[in-house]
Amino acid sequence: MEKYDTIIIGSGPAGLTAAIYTVRYNLKTLVIGQDFGLITEAHKVENYPGFESASGFEIMEKINAHAIKLGAEIVNDTVLKVEKEKKEFIVKTGSKKYQAPTIIIASGTKKRKLNIPGEEEFLGKGVSYCATCDGPFFKDKIVGIVGGNDSAVIAAELIAQYAKKVYIIYRKEELRAKPALVSEIKKNKKIEIINNTNVTKVKGDDVLKKAILDTGNDLELDGLFIEIGTVPVTALTDPLGIKLTSAKFIETAENQSTNVNGVFAAGDITTNSNNLRQMITAASEGSIAATSVFNYVRGIKK
Amino acid sequence: MIELTPKNFEEEVNNAKTPVIVDFWAEWCMPCKMLAPIFEELSKFYGERLKFTKVNTEENPELSSKFGISGIPSLVVFNKGEIVDRITGFAPKEVMKQKIDAIIDNL
Repeated sequence: MEKYDTIIIGSGPAGLTAAIYTVRYNLKTLVIGQDFGLITEAHKVENYPGFESASGFEIMEKINAHAIKLGAEIVNDTVLKVEKEKKEFIVKTGSKKYQAPTIIIASGTKKRKLNIPGEEEFLGKGVSYCATCDGPFFKDKIVGIVGGNDSAVIAAELIAQYAKKVYIIYRKEELRAKPALVSEIKKNKKIEIINNTNVTKVKGDDVLKKAILDTGNDLELDGLFIEIGTVPVTALTDPLGIKLTSAKFIETAENQSTNVNGVFAAGDITTNSNNLRQMITAASEGSIAATSVFNYVRGIKK
Repeated sequence: MIELTPKNFEEEVNNAKTPVIVDFWAEWCMPCKMLAPIFEELSKFYGERLKFTKVNTEENPELSSKFGISGIPSLVVFNKGEIVDRITGFAPKEVMKQKIDAIIDNL
């Protein structure tokens, strides 16, 4: 089993910035990440210093190249399990095991699912979580969007450029998106808001055909976009006994340490940085976590 | 990597001697952009065992509608011109490898 000084789980802004720092501290560093994280959903980032206007993806490609150039080893895989054996952590993926005395959890957040029957079955056959990716496939079709936040409303407006009819299905009375966005879509004749309603099931044959609503009605649809916010990716933390908040974010001290010795966390998955959850706060927390790892490793090597 | 169009589809996919994997993608799709370098690396890994091709869905809407693509990235595996299986959405390289193995090992 390969041994490292630290294993960083997650390859978004927090994880890769942490790697830049740990490598410069001369720590043998492994990053295991699935992708660049939710920042890639941002088509225009205009508040990251040094980049007047760029997509989240473009900035991440640069940060990734930077980390690799400095010597970080990056594995594109999913971590399935983290276990503690004596004073070391064993990080397991589908095919390999890695070992280190410290880990930095920077796995961020992911899109929340509805968890209703048919949601998984019709993924890519009508159900989608990415309006910019899949909106253009619904030209002259009928599309539903579940959610009432900014991204749901922005998705509705985007998809209405292609679809002939767009329903926003929201569980509450009033959409919670910014008023300016809401008044914009209320002017759009293609968009209809169905409030106080939940989707309980989706049905179809080869492709999605309809959504079953809790009002007792069926809604004929070709597509259903799910935009109901994000949840922290903390499936790995439970076996380690890492302390979470009630909303399942990792509780971290100011130095990004958690309640478990040797485990640090950074980025959107934590409650630090005043819960701002921006690219720059993720990077910042990554750098602090890396420095804490350096101090910790130096302490145990003495 | 071979770019498929309605013109060369039959030649490159239906008449291929090995199974073929097709990456349906678009310029506006960020997960597709993330998948592109992984797909390229996988094409080297599989070599002669699996033929790697891609379809720009923006330029070839006929092909995406013919194969019922409404979500991308979408990888579709063909064998002797028939669809064998699909992988919908982005997955990391090692996970993608396991998914592809599970499909082509049964052919």
